[in-house]
Amino acid sequence: MNATSNRSTVVLTDQQAESITRSEELAYELRISEVMTRNVRAASPEMQMKDVVEIFRKTGISGMPVTENDHLIGIISMEDIFHCLMEGDLNAYTTQYMTPNPYTVKDVDLVVEALKVFVATGVGRLPVVDTEGKLSGIITKGDITRGLLKVLQSKTQEEEMRRYRASHLFEDIESDRTSLILRYTIKQHDFVHGGAASSNIKRALLRLGASPQIARRCSIAIYEAEINLIIHTNNGGIIRVEIEPHQITIDVTDDGPGIADVEQAMKPGYSTASEEIRELGFGAGMGLANIARCVDSMKLESVLGKGTRLRMKINLESKDTLGESNPNSMEKR
Amino acid sequence: MNVQQIIDTLKLKVLTENKDFSSIQPTFGYSSDLLSCVMAGAPKQGIWVTLQAHGNIVAVAALLELTAIIITEGAMPDENTIQKANDEGVTLLSTSASTFNVIGQLWEMGLRNP
Repeated sequence: MNATSNRSTVVLTDQQAESITRSEELAYELRISEVMTRNVRAASPEMQMKDVVEIFRKTGISGMPVTENDHLIGIISMEDIFHCLMEGDLNAYTTQYMTPNPYTVKDVDLVVEALKVFVATGVGRLPVVDTEGKLSGIITKGDITRGLLKVLQSKTQEEEMRRYRASHLFEDIESDRTSLILRYTIKQHDFVHGGAASSNIKRALLRLGASPQIARRCSIAIYEAEINLIIHTNNGGIIRVEIEPHQITIDVTDDGPGIADVEQAMKPGYSTASEEIRELGFGAGMGLANIARCVDSMKLESVLGKGTRLRMKINLESKDTLGESNPNSMEKR
Repeated sequence: MNVQQIIDTLKLKVLTENKDFSSIQPTFGYSSDLLSCVMAGAPKQGIWVTLQAHGNIVAVAALLELTAIIITEGAMPDENTIQKANDEGVTLLSTSASTFNVIGQLWEMGLRNP
C-alpha cells in the first residue's frame, strides 16, 4: 500500500499546506494522548498465537501490541494471524509471528505526526509510547476522526454561546430607538469575494436570533445586490444593513453608471451584462426580481451618470425579533 | 437516498474534503447554470447540477445551504474555489457526464419529490 491509496487520510504536502482547513489545523493543535485509545490490552511473549486469535475473535479487535515489562517489543496484526494460520502454527509464541519493532508515535506528539506515519507507511494502527518507551495506548485513523469531531462539536457549542449572547444584544440597552448598523464595501469586478458580504450578514443575523427563513430571504436579496455592485458599477459600492428588533433595512448605494430605465431593469430576464459576465452564469436578469420576492418592500432610484440607490426592508414579526429574546434565539441548534 | 449512494452510482469524483456522505440526504435537486435562477429556485439541502465551476458557485451553495454541487462535463474548479468550498463546508463533486445524463440518473435513483 502506498501513501496515495489512503483516501480517507488527511494528506499534507507542502503545496496543500497553504490551503489548510479547520480539521487539518486541529491536527496541529491536538496531542496524540488526547485522541488515542488508552488501557490497551497487550500480549506477552509467553502467550501463544491461539490465545491471541481467541482474543481477536471475542473482542473484535484486529491488532494487538506485544509488551515485555510494559515496553513495546512488537505488534500482531490480522496479517500476522493469517500468516500463522497458513502455517498451521497456532501453538507458536507471539514473538515468532509478531511484527517486531513496529512504527510508533509518542503520546506527547501532535496528531499530525501520527497522520504522517499513517500516510507514509500505510499501517492501520500505531502503538503509542511514552517518553520512557512504555506502551501508553494505541491510535487508529478512527480515533483521530472521533477526536477531531469531538473538538469541532465543542466549537459548535462555542458558536451557540456567541449566538445566545448576540441574540440578547439589545435587551439591556435603553434608548428611544436602538439599532445595529453593518457596512460592507464592495469592489467592482471583484468576483473572487462575491457573496462574502451576504454570507457575513447571514451569519450575523443568525447570531442575533434570526429565523433560518429570515436569514435566507435577507441573504438572497443582499447577494443579488452585492453581485450587481460587482458586475455593473464603475467604482463598487456600499451595502449598509441596519438591524432593529422589528425590521431590517438594507441600503445599497453606488456612484455610477446608473440605470437608464429602472422600470425595464425590474423586468425578469432583462439584463445588460456582457457576454463574458453571462458565461460565468451571471446576467440572467433575475437579480432584481429575486430581491423583490425576498423583501417586504424595495425602492430603486437611479440617475444615469450619477449612481443608484436600492433600499429594501424586511419586517419582522414579534416571534422573529432580532437582538432580544425570541423563540429562535432560545432554540438549541 | 444519501450523497454516498449518489457518488457511487454516478461514479463522481469528490473534489472537497471527505465527509460522512452516507449521513447526508439531499431533499431534492435543481439545475441551472444561471446563478440567479439557482438563488431563486434551488431548495434548501438540495443538490445542484451545473457546469459552472468558478468560485461564486460556492457562495451560492453556502448561502442556500445546499448539500452538494455536481459539476458536469469535466469542468474543473480551481484550487481557490476548492479551498473556499472546504472553508464553507460545501461539497463539490465532479463528473465528465453531461448535466442531462446526471439529472436522468438522479431521477432514476428516485430523487423526484421535494
